[in-house]
Amino acid sequence: MPDTTLDQGAYNYAYLDEQTKRMIRRAILKAVAVPGYQVPFGGREMPLPYGWGTGGIQVTAAIIGRDDTLKVIDQGADDTTNAVSIRRFFARVADVATTTRTQDATVIQTRHRVPETPLKEGQILVFQVPIPEPLRMLEPRETETRTLHALSEYGVMQVSLYESIARHGRIAKTYNYPVLVNGRYIMSPSPIPKFDNPKLDCNPALQLYGAGREKRIYAVPPFTPVKSLDFDDHPFEVEHWKESCALCGSRETFLDEMIVDDEGTRRFICSDTDYCQERQADSVK
Amino acid sequence: MTKPLLSAQGITKRFGDRVACRGVSFDLWPGEVLGIVGESGSGKTTLLNCLAGRLVPDEGAVLYETASAGTVDVHRLSEARRRLLARTEWGFVNQDAREGLRMGVSAGANIGERLMAIGARHYGDIRRTASDWMQRVELGLDRIDDRPTAYSGGMRQRLQIARNLVSNPRLVFMDEPTGGLDVSVQARLLDLLRGLVDRFHLSAVLVTHDLGVARLLTHRLMVMQGGEVIEAGLTDQVLDDPQHAYTQMLVASILPV
Repeated sequence: MPDTTLDQGAYNYAYLDEQTKRMIRRAILKAVAVPGYQVPFGGREMPLPYGWGTGGIQVTAAIIGRDDTLKVIDQGADDTTNAVSIRRFFARVADVATTTRTQDATVIQTRHRVPETPLKEGQILVFQVPIPEPLRMLEPRETETRTLHALSEYGVMQVSLYESIARHGRIAKTYNYPVLVNGRYIMSPSPIPKFDNPKLDCNPALQLYGAGREKRIYAVPPFTPVKSLDFDDHPFEVEHWKESCALCGSRETFLDEMIVDDEGTRRFICSDTDYCQERQADSVK
Repeated sequence: MTKPLLSAQGITKRFGDRVACRGVSFDLWPGEVLGIVGESGSGKTTLLNCLAGRLVPDEGAVLYETASAGTVDVHRLSEARRRLLARTEWGFVNQDAREGLRMGVSAGANIGERLMAIGARHYGDIRRTASDWMQRVELGLDRIDDRPTAYSGGMRQRLQIARNLVSNPRLVFMDEPTGGLDVSVQARLLDLLRGLVDRFHLSAVLVTHDLGVARLLTHRLMVMQGGEVIEAGLTDQVLDDPQHAYTQMLVASILPV
C-alpha cells in the first residue's frame, strides 16, 4: 500500500481518509456511467462552510494525486478569497503543484464559470454545486423529483420556460440554465452563466459536479451531448455584449460589468482572469 | 361488440381495520357518465382514487380499455405506463382546485403542461391551444398570464377542467367538481361540463354528494353507504323511484326551493 500520509503526519493525503475517498470514487464512477444522474454519497464535514465549495473540494480530494496540477477559479477569477484558499488547501494537504494557467492544469475546480480557453482531453473540470436538483424550485418533494427523473417526466421543466416567455417575452433564465444530458437526464449545470452552456456540449474534458450540502455527485463524461432546453420558436441563445473587454479587447468572452466611480461610469472586463491576462501578454509581444 | 371502457371488479379497500369500500363492481361504457353519490365518509372518494390508480385496492381489479393497447389492469401496469395513461387518456378534476393546479405558474402554463409533458416544444402552438381552451371554459383571454391564485373559486375549477381536457382524454374522474362553489357559479360550471361531455364524447366517473348535480350530469347512479353500493341504476330511475331506505332518505332530504 502506498504511503499516503504527508510528512507532517497531521492529515491523511488530500485531507480525506482513504475509505471516504474510495466511497467518493465509487460515486464518481457511477455518475460517469450514467451521465447526468445524481448519485448520493456520504458527504463529509470539510474545513470550510457549506456553500463555499464543500462538494467540489471532496470530489477534488478524491481524484487528485501528486502528479496533478491544480487550478481553482471562482467566478472566473484565480485571485478571489475562495479560489486562493482552496488552492492553498490542496497545495498543503495534497502536495500538488498549482497553476492559474488553464492549459497547464490537469484538475480545475470551478465555481460559476467554465474557462474560456478550450479544455483538452485528460483534463478534469470539477464544479461546485449549491442545488443539484434542477426541478427543485418546481417540485419541492425529493421523492417526486426522483420519480420524475426515473420516468423522464420533464414537462414541468418546460412549464417553467413557458412561464418565463409568457412573463418576459423570452427565456429570461441567465444562469443555472437546465440542460438535457445525453438525451436522458435533465441536469443543473450549477450556477454558471448560460453563456458557458455551449461549452459543456461534447467537451473533451471530464466534468464532475459535487454538491456538498445535498450530498450528490453527477458527471458529464468527455464528448457527451449536452443540450440546453428551449422551444422550437424560442431557441436557446447566449448573451452578447456591445462592449469589449477594457483590458484585453476581447469580444468573445463573458464580460463582468464594473462600476468604477460614483458617477455611473462603467467598464466591462473579462470574468476569466487567466484568459484575459494571456491575451494582454500576447498583445505586448 | 363494444367493451366497457372501465370495469371495476370487486374493489375493496381497507385502512387498517376500517373498510373504506367493499366489493364494488361496475362497468362504465364509452360516452357514459356514472355518478357515485352518498354521504361523507361513505367511501366515494376512496373508490374514485382506486379507480384512477391513485390508491391500490386490497382486493379486486380495475380494467381499462386503452385507445390502442387493448385492455389493461390499471394496478398491474408499470408506474411509468400508469402515469402516462393518467396524463394522456385520463383526466382528474379535484374538489380543491389547488390540488389539481400548479398555483405558482400562469393559467396558460397550467393548460400547456400536459402538452409539454408529451413532447410539445413550440411555444406559439402551446399558447394557441391554451387560448382555445381558455375560451372553451369561458375564461377571459386577458387572464391567460395570471396565476390561479388571482382567480376566483369557480374560475380555478374551470381552469382545472381545461388543464385536464387539453390532452383530449377519453375518461375523466371528477371528485365533487362543484363542491364549495356558490349556486350560480355551480350552475354555470354544470352547464359547461354538460356541454364538454357532450361535445367531446367523454366518459366520466363523477363523485358528488349533491343529488342535483348527479341528476343534471349523470346517466347512471350508484348510491354508496358505509363503503358498499346499496343501489344502482339509471339516474332518473334511482332518484324518482328509490328502492333502498337510505336512498329514499337521501332523496327526501333534498331541500325544496
